[in-house]
Amino acid sequence: MTTQTILPIDRETLAALSQSNNEPAWLSTLRLEALELAGQLELPVVEKQKISRWNLDAYGSYKSSPAIQSLSELPESLQSLVNLEESSNILVQRNSSAVFQKLSAELAAKGVIFTDLNTAIQQHGELVQKYLFTAVKKDENRLAALHAALWNGGVFVYVPKNVDVELPLQAIMLSDDATATFAPHVLIIAESNSRLTYVDNYLSTDGVGLDQAVHNGVVEVFVKPGANVRFASVQHLNATNVTYRRAVVENDGRIEWIIGEMHNGNAVSETMSVLQGNGSSSDMKVICAGTNEQKLSITTKAVHFGKSSDSQMFTRAVMRDAASAIINGITKIEKGSTKANGEQTEKVLMLSPKARGDANPILLIDEDDVTAGHAASVGQVNPEQVYYLMSRGIPKSVAERLIIHGFLAPVISEIPLENVQEQLRSLMERKLGQ
Amino acid sequence: MATKFNIDGLKATIEGKEILKGINLEIKGGEIHAIMGPNGTGKSTLASALMGHPKYEVTDGNVTLDGEDVLEMAVDERARAGLFLAMQYPSEIAGVTNSDFLRSAINARREEGSEISLIKFIRQMEGKMKELEMNPEFAHRYLNEGFSGGEKKRNEILQMLLLDPKIVILDEIDSGLDIDALKIVANGVNTMRSEERGFLIITHYQRLLNYIKPDFVHVMMQGRIVKSGGPELAERLENEGYDWVKEELGIVDETVGQEA
Ligand SMILES: Nc1ncnc2c1ncn2[C@@H]1O[C@H](COP(=O)(O)OP(=O)(O)OP(=O)(O)O)[C@@H](O)[C@H]1O
Ligand SMILES: [Mg+2]
Repeated sequence: MTTQTILPIDRETLAALSQSNNEPAWLSTLRLEALELAGQLELPVVEKQKISRWNLDAYGSYKSSPAIQSLSELPESLQSLVNLEESSNILVQRNSSAVFQKLSAELAAKGVIFTDLNTAIQQHGELVQKYLFTAVKKDENRLAALHAALWNGGVFVYVPKNVDVELPLQAIMLSDDATATFAPHVLIIAESNSRLTYVDNYLSTDGVGLDQAVHNGVVEVFVKPGANVRFASVQHLNATNVTYRRAVVENDGRIEWIIGEMHNGNAVSETMSVLQGNGSSSDMKVICAGTNEQKLSITTKAVHFGKSSDSQMFTRAVMRDAASAIINGITKIEKGSTKANGEQTEKVLMLSPKARGDANPILLIDEDDVTAGHAASVGQVNPEQVYYLMSRGIPKSVAERLIIHGFLAPVISEIPLENVQEQLRSLMERKLGQ
Repeated sequence: MATKFNIDGLKATIEGKEILKGINLEIKGGEIHAIMGPNGTGKSTLASALMGHPKYEVTDGNVTLDGEDVLEMAVDERARAGLFLAMQYPSEIAGVTNSDFLRSAINARREEGSEISLIKFIRQMEGKMKELEMNPEFAHRYLNEGFSGGEKKRNEILQMLLLDPKIVILDEIDSGLDIDALKIVANGVNTMRSEERGFLIITHYQRLLNYIKPDFVHVMMQGRIVKSGGPELAERLENEGYDWVKEELGIVDETVGQEA
């Protein structure tokens, strides 16, 4: 069955938008090419979820939000997430554009760049151009192409050689207008032997129509030799979500992903590390929670090219009501990647009889001299554990909650910012508390 | 009111198989009862049925604690009514720290709004851990996860000390304990001895009973208490084994499911 793909924007409007945002010619061209590709490419292949039936068209239109002077102008739900101290580094995007940003003078003096991607393109165009859409390519599938055509706001992080960014850089992405395109692109470049922690939150308000909207986001991280990047993201959106995250890791570089997919809408997310360099390593920890009729496809993937490269994946999903989750873990070890090691576990906890969960560990190994392992399980709350807790006087509902929290705790406790950890805990409480 | 725990004609099945065939026992505050008996004779089943393990179905009999019907209560209600079971095989629960667990258990006994303060809780927990010579790091470890056999037993006793129960059932609390740990655990139990509290101690070895002096010793076979006596009974079992009991009662196979 082929149907005419209806694109969310036409060529002329996109060209005019790019121009009105003062974008350089290379970027306008990239957007227009991507739009054309979007008209030709298929949706990505997502195992066991019929995403063609999902609401994936309602992108709205570009709406820039006015800059704010202080974070107190933001919705209250957001304010507990940030603490504005001298030393903190924060960027806020609201709908299609950045509205607030702050980088400590100390980091700026060291040459660290932390700004929205639009601004980065104005100020550091060449640097951005060299990396943008080289990890996640615009011609991979229709959704990636649409993102490349429509992305807005976003984050650009650049950490120069040998610079150690001690405090986390924090970004907040707020979607509170269903008619506004919300497609942030996060681009992070960590030069040789640098070190950085980045944390972001994606949130939507309960505004009208947001549950019909689409969030299409991409993250690209470039980890240069010996660099170390911790990337944490907590997402809680009402929209349908599409997220591709990808890191390219060079010799002895390390990427750590800590991801909380706590949406209310359907979601496809793929988090991937390309272990290009010898001695490179990746650690992924992902949790997700599904409620109501939610459908989730959560993929973690490591591709090993470098010798002695190491990948660890750890995914936990809790499903309630009639939610369904397909959890894929893919470890791919290419020929020549000798002494590589890849390990993964996926576990799904089901809280109601109608919930569905599927854990698919996949090892694709083209090299003999490697070690790899996987473990997967799908099950209910263990009645033996509930009994043990109850035998100490703890009521059943509290016992179950403790066990569910415990199931997700190993990821939550890894989130670098205390208040973001707290937020993730309360999101979990709200989603999973009966 | 002095504690009184009454088991009257208790029968229980698991997966349709009858394991307990009519248990009668009365435990008063201040008393220590020991239950001994060969493997597979229903000792842990008795403990589990009293606590309300969902796998066991009570088919007959009554159990009361201070006159209240225990069998009518859910597991957590039994615990809050004062029943405590140190299990032979405690569960491991990943992701739940020992201290979060203990605090939840203490708060479950308190009214909403009058939860124990964090500082007071930590002081209590650390105090009891010290008595049991437990490394403070066990407060932050996940509940029983990766604990050695002896560490799990010590952790059960920690819970007993903190929860202040009326009836304590210890199911093979001595298994897996080294000599020093055995003394520490026994000491923990002895400090809990009082007129308000009764104990039911399941064990295979006289050694534990050297440290915790029982008032009564019962022998279990084929899902029944087949013999009762004083501490001297435990000593004789230690020295002579169970054959003489079997002979006396005409039992050939003592395990459950074999009729006398
Ligand atoms: N699910 C089950 N199905 C059938 N029989 C069972 C089941 N669970 C326990 N049993 C049997 O019940 C009997 C009593 O077991 P129980 O654990 O109470 O023995 P015990 O006296 O505590 O033994 P031990 O000294 O070895 O701890 C055993 O024969 C055991 O095999
Ligand atoms: Mg037993």
